[in-house]
Amino acid sequence: MYTLVKIELYKIFRKWRTYIGFMAIGVLVPVIQIAMYFQGAHYLEFLTRNFKDNFVFVGNLLNGYLIAYIILGSLTIHIPFLIALVAGDLLAGEATAGTYRMLITRPVSRLKLVTAKFIAGLIYTNLLVLWLAVISLGLGILIFGVGELLVIKDAIIIFAQNDILWRFAFAYASAALSMSVVCALGFLFSSLVENAIGPIVTTMTVIIIFTIFSAINIDFFRTIRPYLFTNYMSTWHLVFDDPVNYDEIVKNLLVLTGHIAGFFGITLFIFKRKDILT
Amino acid sequence: MQKIIEVKNLTKKFKSLTAVNNLDLNVYRGDIFGFLGPNGAGKSTTIRMLMTLINPSSGSIKIFDKSLKQNRNEILKKIGAIVEKPDFYGYLSAYKNLEILGQISGCDTSNKRIMEVLELVGLEKRYKSKVKTFSHGMKQRLGLGQALLHNPELIILDEPTTGLDPQGMKEIRELILHLSKEEQKTIFLSSHILAEVELVANRMIIINKGTTVVEGTVQELLNATNLKVTFEVDEIERAKKILSETQWQKKIESFGDYQILFLLEKEEIAFLNKFFVEQGILVHSIVPKRSLEEYFLNLTEKGA
Repeated sequence: MYTLVKIELYKIFRKWRTYIGFMAIGVLVPVIQIAMYFQGAHYLEFLTRNFKDNFVFVGNLLNGYLIAYIILGSLTIHIPFLIALVAGDLLAGEATAGTYRMLITRPVSRLKLVTAKFIAGLIYTNLLVLWLAVISLGLGILIFGVGELLVIKDAIIIFAQNDILWRFAFAYASAALSMSVVCALGFLFSSLVENAIGPIVTTMTVIIIFTIFSAINIDFFRTIRPYLFTNYMSTWHLVFDDPVNYDEIVKNLLVLTGHIAGFFGITLFIFKRKDILT
Repeated sequence: MQKIIEVKNLTKKFKSLTAVNNLDLNVYRGDIFGFLGPNGAGKSTTIRMLMTLINPSSGSIKIFDKSLKQNRNEILKKIGAIVEKPDFYGYLSAYKNLEILGQISGCDTSNKRIMEVLELVGLEKRYKSKVKTFSHGMKQRLGLGQALLHNPELIILDEPTTGLDPQGMKEIRELILHLSKEEQKTIFLSSHILAEVELVANRMIIINKGTTVVEGTVQELLNATNLKVTFEVDEIERAKKILSETQWQKKIESFGDYQILFLLEKEEIAFLNKFFVEQGILVHSIVPKRSLEEYFLNLTEKGA
């Protein structure tokens, strides 16, 4: 299995499209950071405008942590597209290229081949989130320095400097799990068709529709919300609550893991029975 | 003689279309087995079932005396195949493609072995080139390379000369004969060209609409049948008159402007020619056509 995963990773990283995600993050995050460097004070002022009369904010609030927090919040909506770009191609790409015939006629079970591809897809997904962490948090700290983290939700929460890094580690880990669901979904769609464009577009369409359903506050959508995986994809936010509701986080992460296992299980079921006609 | 492939009542249905219908075939050790049929006859579907790319609707496949369904991996280790056109990872080199496929198969992927195979198929000088820069013929050669990399006992080739120039076709034929004679491989060769199979195979089957039409040794099948022989003569009317008074009359199939078509056995051609010459009728040409060939051509034309 190790050899198969290694081969799949080699194939993924020899394709140009793989680097689109890394390049997009590598360009976008520094651009946001540069913009915040010059205009972050205005942004912070806007953020705290309602509390100015009652609170006095002191210290370096516009720091690397705040920037990383803002970036994490905005990019998790867009990263699924970068994940789908690779996950949707994992199986369908072989069909398009006609290489299924070479691959599946090897003396290795379809189960192993599909599992190796999926593991490689998960590794890519996690590397992309890690890259996001390195660029947004690492570079953010280098540019803006460190300080306390100001989080405004229903209330203002200010986390002490020594209470932040573990939260980010936890947040990136749960973001990685959320993105792994996207990877599993893209992989499932990839097993159904012979062209990679379809799975990429379908994955994004599902995520967009589910996200809209999750956001609309009407009774009907509130009822179906618990059944939509997108509802659990922003679990990383919960790490920045005080106190942290661990029960809720564990439940959400289990739901996400269940989705990954479910999507992968369906993919296996389909692929084991699939007639390779390309 | 040991059966290498034993197919019984093999059927594949795609919704309402029956691509392969109760097909039986046997391939023996050491055979170069020609698998003939017009386009759409079910050849590739059969090969896909032999290579586990698609699942049969019914019937059984035994390879090396073992059920393919239950011993898939063990059997595939001993088979090398080209299924339809050989497609590779275009963004990787020929060398890397072979290395990857070899590693998945768990065979020897040392530099020596890969270069040995590339040399065998005449691609050693292009080993570094990306496959996307290869011509169709070069991809066919690389396809053969990947089929031979793990030194298989059985080689399944699905129309391996498609798209090749005459020289390329000749080289592939020579390679097939070399693999059979020098390396004792069993070869299953699919083709829609009778002449191609005739040149290399010792046994063959013709299928049409997914069903066996005829099966046997190439020698038996080609010699057992009468030949349709066209004699082109200078004086057709006089020839007609002379023939009407002889036993050759019974052998006539039809007349053309200058041609007479006979149904003859091979030995009779020389006697008939001698007869014409003795009668003072000049014979401009003698064109034999075996009835199997004609039959196959008819199948092919209908298939097309």
